[in-house]
Amino acid sequence: MDFTYNETQGMIRDTLARFLADTYDFDTRQKMIATDVGRDPGIWNALANDLGLLGAAFDEEHGGLGGGALENALLMEEFGKVIAIEPYLQTVVIGGGALKAVGGAQAAAHIPGIISGETIIAFAYAEPQGRYDLANIRTTAKADGSGYILNGHKGVVYCAPWATHLLVTARTGGSNRERNGVELFLIDANLPGITRRDYPTVDGNRASEVYFENVAIPGDALLAGGMDLIDRVVDEATVAVCAEATGVMAKLHEGTLDYSKQRQQFGQPIARFQVLQHRMVDMFMEVEQAKSMTTYATLHLDKPAHERMAAVSQCKAKVSRGAKFVGQNAIQTHGGIGITQELAIGHYFKRATLIEGQFGSADYHYDRFERLVIDEAA
Amino acid sequence: MDMEFTAEDLAFRDEVRAFIAENYPQELRGKQDEGDELGKEDFLAWHRILHKKGWVAPAWPVEYGGTGWTPTQRYIWSEETARADCIRLMPFGLSMVGPVIYTFGTPEQKAKFLPRILSGEDWWCQGYSEPGSGSDLASLRTKAVRDGEHYVVNGQKTWTTMAQHADWGFFLVRTDSDAKQQEGISFLLVDMKTPGITVRPIITLGGEHEVNEVWLEDVRVPVENRVYEENKGWTCAKFLLAHERTGIAGVAASKRGIERIKDIARSEQDGDRPLLANPFFKRKVAELQTDLTALEFTELRSLAGEAAGRGPGPESSLLKIKGSEIQQRITELALEAVGHYGAPYFRGFGEGDNEHPIGPDYAHRTAPSYFNMRKTTIYGGSNEIQHNIIAKMVLGL
Repeated sequence: MDFTYNETQGMIRDTLARFLADTYDFDTRQKMIATDVGRDPGIWNALANDLGLLGAAFDEEHGGLGGGALENALLMEEFGKVIAIEPYLQTVVIGGGALKAVGGAQAAAHIPGIISGETIIAFAYAEPQGRYDLANIRTTAKADGSGYILNGHKGVVYCAPWATHLLVTARTGGSNRERNGVELFLIDANLPGITRRDYPTVDGNRASEVYFENVAIPGDALLAGGMDLIDRVVDEATVAVCAEATGVMAKLHEGTLDYSKQRQQFGQPIARFQVLQHRMVDMFMEVEQAKSMTTYATLHLDKPAHERMAAVSQCKAKVSRGAKFVGQNAIQTHGGIGITQELAIGHYFKRATLIEGQFGSADYHYDRFERLVIDEAA
Repeated sequence: MDMEFTAEDLAFRDEVRAFIAENYPQELRGKQDEGDELGKEDFLAWHRILHKKGWVAPAWPVEYGGTGWTPTQRYIWSEETARADCIRLMPFGLSMVGPVIYTFGTPEQKAKFLPRILSGEDWWCQGYSEPGSGSDLASLRTKAVRDGEHYVVNGQKTWTTMAQHADWGFFLVRTDSDAKQQEGISFLLVDMKTPGITVRPIITLGGEHEVNEVWLEDVRVPVENRVYEENKGWTCAKFLLAHERTGIAGVAASKRGIERIKDIARSEQDGDRPLLANPFFKRKVAELQTDLTALEFTELRSLAGEAAGRGPGPESSLLKIKGSEIQQRITELALEAVGHYGAPYFRGFGEGDNEHPIGPDYAHRTAPSYFNMRKTTIYGGSNEIQHNIIAKMVLGL
């Protein structure tokens, strides 16, 4: 057992932290969000080409630095600290994760484009009726010659307005909610028959409703592996979001601590009040436990599916609850100023709030954990 | 970063398992299974076996009798002893005064006391709390006045755990009443057989005799039994409290506690299903197990920090808070699980008692344990005090 990061990992973290400190202050972020496109593509380009960070989690044979889940977690935590609106989760963690899992010609074809920053992937998996059930899918991929014809509607597809490619879950057979017949496809985002309705999300990102109408896709778009592959990719994404949450939560806590030392009421800084001190200690403990759980789950990602899923669900359940607690108490401690758009704290709160439900709420993950660990033993 | 055991770690684990299987006293195992209250000799039996093996003080530096284990080996040790349901050794000598003596003591004190702590020859107790000084420990009033080569000690201590068995006690006493509170305290090692010491039992909610009042009346303590400088005892006291808190998380034992709850809830029926299939009960178990995982990995991160040269610091307060809350929730859930049969008052098996007690065996100690474990959020610095410590030492408030 070893719970320290190695030198390269430390360097990767420091490189990104320094870059974000220079480029991603809160005002700059708000200006990016307010532009038509909703981001600054120069940042992504710099992450890829000036810093080489988009290759951190890829094998050297694909032009990466040889890392994996730990590197993803490190980078996501740093992104969380500035509530970055970059498509790292979708493109590198999810798209890259699926490609690494299938390997071969498909990985070789797409990963270099991810590392160079040219390829941006959005993950089209959720459907309006599906909630968090990854197999509750009505979108169909019907075999047609050597390819498939795609029909359906995917909801709240983060980063879709920026994407060059879509990673789509669709049914090649089986009935709704059946695991058999669900497959993963990586397709060009601009194929004929794809339409989007784009919108901003409440946490400052961009997303789309994506509609497929008789979209002809080639046979080699299929990333073989079915639901087992999708489960794995989503588990990796879930842990990455938890890592992001640790960054967001740390900043919520730090911001609250700073503010409580400045804000004067009853002739003294409110940090002197024990009721607030103890609340900030409770927040601190949630942040620390979120970090512990993220480490725990990250180190379980390569375990057998059953162990991996149990660990990821424990992690997400704990982090979801913790994010809510830390976010709500950050706002409460700030008082009125906390509910204005003016301060960064509220924007961290918004991201924390959406992380709570992303890839499954605490309830969803406790259910999954119980099925895997307790029911089996009952 | 990884959580895999090396081949050496796995070999060590096998060695530990085999050792416990071959050497854990059968008689003690039997008493534990029956839920009997354990006496001094029960605790010492396991202590002596471990001492003979050289494993009684894994956390101590090797030069004083420690094992030199890596943090991973110490983790394996606590996992395996909990898995096998070995009793916890009394912490007062091994985890509390021992580290104070090897850190702050004179060569003579080290030579005299450390071997006897390791061997179990001396049973120690802790003279900290007083009737008027609980959370505000530094307000303590037990007074030690210098008289030649002795201190004459007068006062009263309370909540003194297992003092009824103690050969020695470590006491915080006031040696300067004019100085600021923390600056007038000294740390004394007191032979409990010294004239003027009276130990009186306090019976707690579960019916146990664990804690005592200790009265000191003109107790003469040789000056050579003072650890560290006069009026600097608070330094030792704080050091000791931080050490006490690291072991206090009790992760391995709580893991076993959760498994025990699952066993009970599989046996208990709730309508046409086992209690463990009741979604509300099951959710509480899942939350508990998840919180315990979070605690375990927080402790492992903290151990990694210790291995990197940082001693147990104020973050050990986090382990104390969360560890004690979880210990309480386990007893709470166990009591909830047994339903009606938490009620019968079980006095233990008397001599020659052939009548089977009322209700299922697993129910006998659920209520006493629940009542008893309320202590965990109070002792070792109440959880509110731990909040204060984190606020001050970690958050800078």
